[in-house]
Amino acid sequence: MAENREFFNRRLHSLLGVFPIGLFLMQHLVVNHFATYSPEAFNNAAHFMENLPLRVFLEFVLIYIPLLFHAVYGVYIAFTAKNNLRRYGFFRNWMFMLQRATGIITLIFIVWHVWETRLAHAIYGTEVNFDMMATILESTFMFWFYVVGVVAAVFHFANGLWSFFVTWGITVTPRSQKVLTYATLGIFIIFTYMGIASLIAFAY
Amino acid sequence: MAEDHKTIRMIVQRQDEPEAQPYEEEFEIPYRKNMNVISALMEIRRNPVNAKGEQTTPVYWDMGCLEEVCGACSMVINGKAMQSCTALIDQLEQPVRLEPMKTFPVMRDLAVDRSRMFDSLKKVKAWVPIDGTYDLGEGPRMPESKRQWAYELSKCMTCGVCLEACPNVNSNSDFIGPAALSQVRLFNSHPTGSYHKAERMDALLDDGGLQNCGNSQNCVQACPKGIPLTTSIAALNREATLHSFKSFFGSDYHH
Repeated sequence: MAENREFFNRRLHSLLGVFPIGLFLMQHLVVNHFATYSPEAFNNAAHFMENLPLRVFLEFVLIYIPLLFHAVYGVYIAFTAKNNLRRYGFFRNWMFMLQRATGIITLIFIVWHVWETRLAHAIYGTEVNFDMMATILESTFMFWFYVVGVVAAVFHFANGLWSFFVTWGITVTPRSQKVLTYATLGIFIIFTYMGIASLIAFAY
Repeated sequence: MAEDHKTIRMIVQRQDEPEAQPYEEEFEIPYRKNMNVISALMEIRRNPVNAKGEQTTPVYWDMGCLEEVCGACSMVINGKAMQSCTALIDQLEQPVRLEPMKTFPVMRDLAVDRSRMFDSLKKVKAWVPIDGTYDLGEGPRMPESKRQWAYELSKCMTCGVCLEACPNVNSNSDFIGPAALSQVRLFNSHPTGSYHKAERMDALLDDGGLQNCGNSQNCVQACPKGIPLTTSIAALNREATLHSFKSFFGSDYHH
């Protein structure tokens, strides 16, 4: 394994993006979506997650460590590319560029989001609940910052899932890759809808 | 005929030597019917006078077969990398802009050094070894359907257009590029070539190898020979998944 470290890192990057980060993202958006029912429904769902056994362990193993690796190596990948959309404006080349752009946007968003919610809770003991999100999203700027962050994260996940299937050699033929484009487009639409609906429920 | 007075406007990016600063020079070339970019360049060579009427050095470029099988005359024509032998003047927007494929080191004017591609082919062992201490005889027969499929992959002329189109082949990366990857698939599926499949896979997954593909899929769009490069890459990805599992979990023998 040591002799092809780059191969190992790349494959690990691809794997972690889906398991566990992608799964966590979906779970997070599903829990958030309870906000559209009522503040109580959201608080109950959030408390259920908070009270999972070994929570801090789960957070580190399933979220922080994989995310940190994925982010650091992803920034490296993004900056080794030299985009050439002006000369080669094909659909997949657009997706290639957007995957890197949304990765950077998502990273900026997540750093802020973790600071504002999880770290604020750990350091200042801020209560994490519906009201906290409502207070954050009262500001129009923050609301749109969150909208951009959520759309970027979901896009990065959906399109990343597409490349995951290619990277691991699951979709080989052009036809299967095309069908997968539509399937991941569906995932993008569904989770973007859920994310935005939750943000609106928190803010208004 | 009215056509006799028509001219072709051509803007050529020139560079006097490998380390020199590139500059643009414009030319006006008398039009003839059915010209390609090479015949226009030959016209400049015959009469090296630029559009301002100044005497200049003839434009230098590489060429070989003149029928799109050798790949030597590849250059960037109106922003897209292609062969200048099959780039027909009548089908190009004017002024025709010619640039070298800057993914490669520029030697002079439009000529580049494509050595990195040939080094990559050596690295991944893109050949069928037939030399031995005794006559190896005939290899096994290949099914006709497979031969036809493999023929498509064998059309690769190492021209470099796919590397020029790939956003992950650049000065920041040592990615070997789509052409060499697809050749691994070709030689791995050859009945005798497959004897060395594991060796090729090891070379393929070394630094700068297969894993550097970022799926922009420009290569398959740009390839002048219509080689299914992205299908080859995805198929090799599958092979690499199995190969790495075999070498990690499997026995001490992997083929």
